[in-house]
Amino acid sequence: MDRRDFLKISGMSLGAGALISVAPAMKANAGIRSWFHRHNGEAPAPFTLVQLSDSHVGFSGPPNPTGTKAFEKAIDIINGLDPQPELVLFTGDLTHESETPGEHAKRMQTFQSITSRLRATKVMHVPGEHDAALDHGALYRQFFGETYYAFDHRGVHFIALDNVSRGKPVVGAEQIDWLKRDLARYPKTTPIIVFTHRPLFDLRPDWEWFTRDGHEVLNVLAPYENVTVLYGHIHRHDVHQTDHAAHYASKSLIFAFPDPTTAGDKKPLAFDKDNPFRNLGLQQVTEKRPLQVDDIELTLREFSGTNGAQQISRTGAFL
Amino acid sequence: MKYLMLAILLWAQLGVPQPRVIEISAKRFEFTPNQITIKKGETVTLRVTAEDRDHGFLQEDLGIDLDLTPGKVAEITITPQTAGRFTAICDTFCGSGHGNMKMVINVVE
Repeated sequence: MDRRDFLKISGMSLGAGALISVAPAMKANAGIRSWFHRHNGEAPAPFTLVQLSDSHVGFSGPPNPTGTKAFEKAIDIINGLDPQPELVLFTGDLTHESETPGEHAKRMQTFQSITSRLRATKVMHVPGEHDAALDHGALYRQFFGETYYAFDHRGVHFIALDNVSRGKPVVGAEQIDWLKRDLARYPKTTPIIVFTHRPLFDLRPDWEWFTRDGHEVLNVLAPYENVTVLYGHIHRHDVHQTDHAAHYASKSLIFAFPDPTTAGDKKPLAFDKDNPFRNLGLQQVTEKRPLQVDDIELTLREFSGTNGAQQISRTGAFL
Repeated sequence: MKYLMLAILLWAQLGVPQPRVIEISAKRFEFTPNQITIKKGETVTLRVTAEDRDHGFLQEDLGIDLDLTPGKVAEITITPQTAGRFTAICDTFCGSGHGNMKMVINVVE
């Protein structure tokens, strides 16, 4: 099966993460269909999912003085989708850390309060370093469960990988062993979507845009023919192909980082008061061939243009 | 015998050139100094100390990978064979600002 036959990221003019259409087994061979039916009773079928990333709930600063407003708008946009996405994946940095006692827990509660408004019922997360690095994931687990796991959905195998909670940009030998055991059960033609926080390849190591043992993870995945990796962390849209996998980064919902191929320093792009959600948003995946991934900015029409910040103030969006 | 061993150690200290030692301190979110210069082929020892909490000190191209813990001196001896500008980073997340905790190791001809 051609990888493009399984993952089609369909184009909708939205700015809310990545809207991804998946046709997992409609063109797959009968072996995959019957394998999934035998193992989990699922009937493989097309579906859509949305990827959101880096909402940094609790962040406050000049790069974005509007707090959670872009995140909340994204939830509204997703709730307006028809059909509804069956899955919503969060690829880390759900919250911004705080060392004030109790404050980080409040931020996780706020995150859950916002996402509780989602109509989609299957919402999955992986941690970012701002969620889980300082306490090795202890608080994160209380709110969201394990930091790495796997599940099947309509003929696609999803793998959530944790490359943050050891405090370093690593997955670690224990998790890689788990990954090997998990994958061993699946045929090599199984459609696989990995979602994680940091890139698994060396995008910009001096900005810590890498996973030190990411190459080991990709080696474990290499025998599988249909692997897509969704990640966050870099606060910008990016597409990258390694030998055996395609990697897509979703934009942030708080602020953007500059182009790593031209910028010397990793500094957030300046807040644009006339266009407050500029550079925030998503990657848009289009159901075309060859696979087309479009970068869609979270430009909220009612809050953009010359009066953007004033409009937000009037509507109470800064509150 | 004891005196013979001491004499050998003393001879070793006197006879073998010791690498230059560069002291580096780490605290949120900076290394001090934030830039050092080494000659290509020069052997230097980097002695790195964390002042406030755990940090990392990573520069893979130069073979540097240290875990820093307050109260302990982490040390590595390197002999760079390639000239260039190498950025070492803290790779142990230490809070907001961690992402820009780095220093430059210039290796010159």
